[in-house]
Amino acid sequence: MAEIIEKFISTTDQIKTDEYLVNMGPQHPSTHGVLRLLVKLEGEIVHNVEPHVGYIHSGIEKMTESLTYPQIPHLTDRMDYLSAHMNNEAVCLCVENALQVEVPERVKYIRTIFDELQRLASHQLWWCASGMDLGALTAFFYGLRDREDILDIFEETCGARLTLNYTVPGGVMFDIHPNFQRKVKAFITKFKKILPEYDKLLTGNIIFQNRTKGVGVLSKEDAIAFGVTGPTGRASGFSCDVRKHHPYSAYPLVKFEEKLGTDGDSFMRWKLRMDEMWESLHIIEQLIDNIPEGDYALKMKGVIKLPEGEFYQRVETARGELGVYIVSDGKKNPYRVKFRSPGFSNLFTINHIAKNWKIADLVAIMATFDLVIPDIDR
Amino acid sequence: MKSFFAYIAEIFSAIWSLLTGMKVTAKYFFTPWKNVTQQYPENRDTLVMYERFRGEVIMPHNENNEHKCTGCGICEINCPNGSIEIISKSIVNEEGKKKRVIDQHIYHLSMCTFCNLCVKTCPSDAIVMGQNFEHAYWNRTSMTKVLNQPGSKIMEGIKE
Ligand code: SF4
Ligand code: SF4
Repeated sequence: MAEIIEKFISTTDQIKTDEYLVNMGPQHPSTHGVLRLLVKLEGEIVHNVEPHVGYIHSGIEKMTESLTYPQIPHLTDRMDYLSAHMNNEAVCLCVENALQVEVPERVKYIRTIFDELQRLASHQLWWCASGMDLGALTAFFYGLRDREDILDIFEETCGARLTLNYTVPGGVMFDIHPNFQRKVKAFITKFKKILPEYDKLLTGNIIFQNRTKGVGVLSKEDAIAFGVTGPTGRASGFSCDVRKHHPYSAYPLVKFEEKLGTDGDSFMRWKLRMDEMWESLHIIEQLIDNIPEGDYALKMKGVIKLPEGEFYQRVETARGELGVYIVSDGKKNPYRVKFRSPGFSNLFTINHIAKNWKIADLVAIMATFDLVIPDIDR
Repeated sequence: MKSFFAYIAEIFSAIWSLLTGMKVTAKYFFTPWKNVTQQYPENRDTLVMYERFRGEVIMPHNENNEHKCTGCGICEINCPNGSIEIISKSIVNEEGKKKRVIDQHIYHLSMCTFCNLCVKTCPSDAIVMGQNFEHAYWNRTSMTKVLNQPGSKIMEGIKE
């Protein structure tokens, strides 16, 4: 008997399985959308990952060429739907820069508060969804429950929950609702109690730690080489926060820290976003009581025409650096618009860092990358 | 021997980390009144949306079946999706002058992205965003609506 077992063990060492291709997606729950990963596997080991994008390509860049400038922001809601407000803001800032108008102080404050609220909402959804990817379903419900508070604040002021379309060139669409400040403050108080709960629930969890620590390490050099931005890049120690380096709106007025990680592994990316949530709360706290009086929008011309030329503006969305590049030929429609979306650059590092990990680790890596597919496909 | 104790300690710390998480879930399990679930289809009668909620574009009429729309077509131009079609007609008013008024304000709900641009740009505030969000229909044609009611006319004192 022992002989047979020994023989069996010695032969299993030599068994070589063929490499085979598995399509992960386009309809896979852990790709968070219609993303197809062509994974080359040997057994459970990932040898190659080839992302195929374009399944939800909506041609937003092309569509904007036939829209006027006030109409463009509402389409960008549909790009990175979890950072809808930042996308709107990027286009509006670009148009305002081109026209060389200065928006009132009040608008800057409102926009910044909304940015940070949106970042919180996005990170909450990321937290709960990636918890779910790693097998912690409870996290999913808790995250969605708390996100609801922010969405309610949005709904009261802008009338929509996800596709806000709140920023218009020259200001914001409505003034803030009279309840806005009170509700945001109540939310901050509540959320400060809830965030440690998130940590207790997942961050300290031994299963979770073993699945993320040391998994999918992205070095600082690679992060820079691949153009990885946002929390993913910062977890590798790459200081790339647009809010710090190229401040816009009311960011020059607030004090906050750009959190930087060191390890660049999945756990660091996780931790960094948790820290960012604290920073966002901190930023909102500084602004919410000091919103200056004034107009909530400039009086813009009925038909906005940009001067001839090229204009670029970047903002920090919840996923990284979003760039808006507008080429204008002086008409009321842009000649060409290009969006530099953070998700696209972040996604394509995946082959580099997921190699030789198990397929379950690939899910952990993707979860901590915080991918939003329409942002990648546009 | 030392590694053995470390191993045992690790097991206990691992179990402790799981219990910490369980404590959070247990707290909510035993305090169900803190839960926030809404029983949606049942609470329809009491459900109030926020006043700015963008559910659909509607045109309010007063008790005399009058609306404020002049048929200027600005909303049609500003709609990014072509969801609005203005069909106007010319009538002869009491003074014998020819005048263009709105015949049909057609709104394609199926193409609307609820961006609020039409409401914002309407010079006479004739259209507003409604609160109804239950937009499921059996066929597509019922998603095309005529916003001005049949037989309605324009309110007095709205300048063209
Ligand atoms: S709804 Fe307003 S913008 Fe549209 S046609 Fe009527 S008056 Fe003009
Ligand atoms: S809300 Fe926007 S998409 Fe809908 S009809 Fe008005 S302008 Fe068009």
